[in-house]
Amino acid sequence: MSSLTKPATKTSIVSSKRNQHIAWRVVQYSVAVIVIAYCLFPIVWIFSASIDPRNSLQASTLIPPNASLDNYVFLLTNDIQPYKLWMWNSVKVSSISSVLSVLITALSAYAFSRFRFAGRRTLLLVTFLLQVFPSSLMIVAMFLLLKDFGDVVPALGLNSHAGLILTYLGGVLGINVWLMKGILDTVPRALDESAKIDGATDWQIFWMIILPLIRPIMVIIAILTFVGTWADFLLPQILLQDTEKFTLAVGLIIFARQQFAQNWGVFSAGALMGALPTIIIYLLVQDYIVSGLTSGAVKGE
Amino acid sequence: MKSESVSSIAIRLGSLAFIDALAIWFIYRLISVGGNPYIAGMIAFIAIGLNILVLSDRLYALRWFAPGLALMFMLVVYPVVFTTYTAFTNYGTGNLLSKDLAISQLEKQTYVPQEEGTYSWTAFQAEADVGEFLIWVQSADQSEQILVGPGVERTLEEVNAGPLDADGIPESIPGYTRLARGQTLRYLTDLGAIPFGDADDAITIQNLDKAAKAQPRYTYDAAADTLLNNETGVVYKAQDGRFTSADGQQISPGYYINIGTENFQRLYNSPALAGPFVRVFIWTFLFAAMIVLITFVAGLMLAIVFNDPSLPGRKIIQSAMVVPYAVPAFISVQVWRGLLNPTFGIIMESMRNTFGWAPNLFSDPTWARVGILFVGLWLGFPYMFLICTGALQSIPSDIYEAAEVDGASSWQRFRNITLPLLMVAVGPLLIGSFAFNFNNFTVIDVYNEGGPPIPNSPTPAGHTDILITYIFRLAFSGGRGVDYGYASAITIVIFVILALIVGFQFRYTRVWEEVSESV
Repeated sequence: MSSLTKPATKTSIVSSKRNQHIAWRVVQYSVAVIVIAYCLFPIVWIFSASIDPRNSLQASTLIPPNASLDNYVFLLTNDIQPYKLWMWNSVKVSSISSVLSVLITALSAYAFSRFRFAGRRTLLLVTFLLQVFPSSLMIVAMFLLLKDFGDVVPALGLNSHAGLILTYLGGVLGINVWLMKGILDTVPRALDESAKIDGATDWQIFWMIILPLIRPIMVIIAILTFVGTWADFLLPQILLQDTEKFTLAVGLIIFARQQFAQNWGVFSAGALMGALPTIIIYLLVQDYIVSGLTSGAVKGE
Repeated sequence: MKSESVSSIAIRLGSLAFIDALAIWFIYRLISVGGNPYIAGMIAFIAIGLNILVLSDRLYALRWFAPGLALMFMLVVYPVVFTTYTAFTNYGTGNLLSKDLAISQLEKQTYVPQEEGTYSWTAFQAEADVGEFLIWVQSADQSEQILVGPGVERTLEEVNAGPLDADGIPESIPGYTRLARGQTLRYLTDLGAIPFGDADDAITIQNLDKAAKAQPRYTYDAAADTLLNNETGVVYKAQDGRFTSADGQQISPGYYINIGTENFQRLYNSPALAGPFVRVFIWTFLFAAMIVLITFVAGLMLAIVFNDPSLPGRKIIQSAMVVPYAVPAFISVQVWRGLLNPTFGIIMESMRNTFGWAPNLFSDPTWARVGILFVGLWLGFPYMFLICTGALQSIPSDIYEAAEVDGASSWQRFRNITLPLLMVAVGPLLIGSFAFNFNNFTVIDVYNEGGPPIPNSPTPAGHTDILITYIFRLAFSGGRGVDYGYASAITIVIFVILALIVGFQFRYTRVWEEVSESV
């Protein structure tokens, strides 16, 4: 008997392990279904609302009766809520801010990584401590500063996109410089030195050798800056005054607040179109972002 | 550096000259429009700094920081100094001007004496333009007679006026029609709006029979620092940013003054203000801490569940979880606001249908906070999932094998291996997440604009307001007036808290060692 029971026990262990494994898979997929539903529910729901011509907050079925694109047409053609203009303003402000900021960041990070100079430690420390003073916190000072600028150069004052971009660039000498310096430190100096022997200037080394090498991290920082600016709701709300100057965030939310329940379908159409660019960007670069987040090389949120 | 090429020198000095020209032009403009002199000082400081950087060979390396440093001085250092200064003033509604500016505005105010300095008048209308007038004014005894147009005094010879009639009025002025009393009536409103004659001593039309010279209402006495009302004879003393009379009457506009630490004292000892501030203060910490806690716990649990590279479809789950992270918060929070709407929201409706009851997640203070945390969970758990997944994968598996050999239970393995190692990796990111949520304006403001309001609060504060939204309401919500001084004081409080957080992060992540090493 004993000689028979042993293999029997073995198979039962194996099969119980397999059962455990199957049970675990069941748990995993049940959780996955719940999580996916939770994550996508709001998006699916506004999609449904956006094609519902009743234009109301009350939901019906996933595909509403008489589904149509009326809400989109209305959104893109009416003059009271210049949605296309808001989009364009957001694209303009976000892309200019992000390109300028990533260039200035790269310049500074390059100097930190390659030069040794008096005050370097202090400056490194300053760039770290600058997080204590985000411009989104000093809204009173920013508002009054731009008001004063506007007295001299209206194009730089309140209600101007240049002024808004300027406030976004204020903290450019910040934590991203650290991240990029970290990357640059891993680029071998032998590259610079051989270029130097060939007679390249520092600028040529930076522009023609270093920048192409760190392009991936620059793209990631630029994308995150772009998305952060795109999603900012505070500074444009304070600094911009005319409907035609609004960024998407301010325009869309003010519109939603004005006619909350009545215009829900139109808002949903606007929300979906406003969210799609960033969703697509993130899905395209999610591997970069995920590995960046996990190694701490990208500043999240 | 040694052998800088000619073209590079030209670019360097050319751009410097351009920047200098811009700065000088800016400062010149600013002074000529009477702008804020501190701005001129700041621009001059930055321009001088840039000159030193570009011209000194010793500071070569710092040139690479020139744009960043210039922006930093303009948009971080100056605003920080300004915020600090403002925190010690009563800058806000009613006290928006400097004292000099307030006095000069008050001195421009005028009044019209009852009897003295009043005139009868006759209008002459330009034939070419019905909106253009000259008026002839004379005192009752005809001892004073003058012809005035808008902003100018004219002589009779200048306009070739005809002789005076029996009432002492010119019979005619070429190019103009003398209006009879009845005709004047229709232009009375227009005429009343025009200051006639010399601007400092203008004559305005009061009614059909009367024109009068306006007198300055106030005279400022610099030695005594008092303002005299010339009409009533009342003396107003400068006091707490307002000119105030002995019986407590105040003149508008006031001006801002240094009020020392009063704004800070109000934070904790003014019975009306301290209540809302303390509530907002506590909720800010609670909100940030709760969000970090619930998103981290949810993210970690999911990371453990899906921590299995062989799991088919893992990529799909990850992609789905990128979505809440990728949708801009202003959009997703507004959408949740619709989903949770107490009347129409689909979630609330199905709750009512199932349980016969649903909480109001907007007007009830406690439930509004619960609603915000719920939305915050959706926004934040994917980020936590992503960082926890990365951290879990970086824990070497042989540690677990060793623990298993030693007979550690799975809870023990989690408690004693996974969690400590995980915290090393994600700890700094959790601090960062706390700091981020501490100032998460978008979630709070889009969800419910800080509401429901705290009843009887003298400042616009709500039950879900955090410090940054409270500052926003103090400084920018019309209605009850703005209080920049008080808002700046709260900003300083946040600076201090952020400094503590960053300091903690600094020690935790050992940034300083990194600084020392890389020097």
